[in-house]
Amino acid sequence: MLVDIVFWFFAVLIIGSALVVVLSKNMIYSVFALLFTFFGVAGIYVLLNADFLAVTQIMIYIGGILVLLIFGIMLTSNVTGVDIKSVQTGKIQMFFAGLVSILIIVSISFIAYSTNWKVSPTTNTDVSTTIESIGKQLLTNYLLAFESASVLLLIAIIGAALIARRK
Amino acid sequence: METFNVFEKIFGLNFLSALISVILPLVFLIIYALIAILGELKISAWIQERLGPMRTGPYGILQPLAEVVKLIQKEDIVPAGANRLLFNLAPYVIFAGSFAGFAVIPFSAAFVPAEINIGLFYVFAVGAFAVIGIVMGGWASNNKYSLLGAMRSASQMISYEIPGALVILSAAVLANSLDMQKITTLQDGGFWNWFLFGGPGNWTKIWIIPFTLLLSLIYMIASLAETNRTPFDIPEGESELVAGYHTEYSGMKFAMFFFAEYSNMFIVAAILTVVFLGGWTSPFGTFMGGFWWGIFWFILKAMFIVFIQIWLRWTLPRVRVDQLMYLGWKVLLPFSLVCFIVISLYRIIY
Repeated sequence: MLVDIVFWFFAVLIIGSALVVVLSKNMIYSVFALLFTFFGVAGIYVLLNADFLAVTQIMIYIGGILVLLIFGIMLTSNVTGVDIKSVQTGKIQMFFAGLVSILIIVSISFIAYSTNWKVSPTTNTDVSTTIESIGKQLLTNYLLAFESASVLLLIAIIGAALIARRK
Repeated sequence: METFNVFEKIFGLNFLSALISVILPLVFLIIYALIAILGELKISAWIQERLGPMRTGPYGILQPLAEVVKLIQKEDIVPAGANRLLFNLAPYVIFAGSFAGFAVIPFSAAFVPAEINIGLFYVFAVGAFAVIGIVMGGWASNNKYSLLGAMRSASQMISYEIPGALVILSAAVLANSLDMQKITTLQDGGFWNWFLFGGPGNWTKIWIIPFTLLLSLIYMIASLAETNRTPFDIPEGESELVAGYHTEYSGMKFAMFFFAEYSNMFIVAAILTVVFLGGWTSPFGTFMGGFWWGIFWFILKAMFIVFIQIWLRWTLPRVRVDQLMYLGWKVLLPFSLVCFIVISLYRIIY
């Protein structure tokens, strides 16, 4: 009962704020609505017993990516006076964008309904913690993926520092 | 899963126990904020050889209540050029973010509002809401001082999150857990077992004691910067920015910002208490231990950290922006990295 209420709360929050993100003419509203979308997704993760993933979602998407987006928009639109609004969208663009979106929605829902999802009963009944098993898997079976991701991030940091220094 | 929430044991896992678990920290937070405001007024007065507030109640101890009444009476002003929606939303986002941190703080052996095994990580993650709220309020005020203050605050919080997170990571390596209750119980049995002094273990832990002391110092400095307290309060530096991101706020909305700052102060004090000062455990082993003494020790230790924050605020001058960035990136970050490597080495060897 309580779980259902919480689920519908988060579901409505995600869909509603995602609609604001897409439909708002003002970029700053889109960015701040994204906060509630990310938060709602984190809430859904909690309901799925993915505690580590939920906190990571808040840490990376709200604490990192959203702050970066807000900085980008604040420093461009309000300070320099340049208005970032999609005023150029004509009818032809809208038609093709709508067509592509509908095609994507139809194909995704077709895939989702036609696939024979393999569901297996959970072998580990203790779902109270995921962090230990995630840590063990990352450092044993998925070490290569883990290390390549960290090397990739390191390259990005060095590149950013290099670009910032050149001036 | 074993529960540490006494209300879940009494009422069962239902709506009532959840409601009590949410309301109890809020009540505590309101009482704590009143005491901390009085402390700030009185301690600043003693440091500056003044008397401080003396008229409201004996020795002025009712001053915070008078301030609350004053703030409620104030006119609620929204500037004409401000973005009304975001301007009104920002204080709630900030306060919600700082109050969310209270969910995992272990007040006692028998009371944690929500027992989750990644508590430390969670407290760090919800701190992100404060950054968003500050930037939201600063931008929506449509005032260049507010915007500058918000930008400074956000960059400062992001910069000091890195050494702070490295300290937490080292503590997690040392404790082998991110569960705040588990970290606390590990340090049971006297102050010698606190992570401030290397944590539980035999005499071999002696050589990491300098590093754990350094780690707690780094976290103390980083937490001052994260809560925008002096000497790192340049986001609200009066001589440059009027009052920073909350320049345009008045009445209860200003009070929400103020309240969130005090709440953040308590949260960082609680993290420091749990990670380095043994949380609710008694410093004398089993002497003065137990449920009620646990609450006493936890609040005493956390309030001592809050006292140090207030003490530093009225003792030290404000640093410059470049000094702040220098300290964060070139001093605290390398030192915390070295400590992290040493602690990891210690864990591998022993």
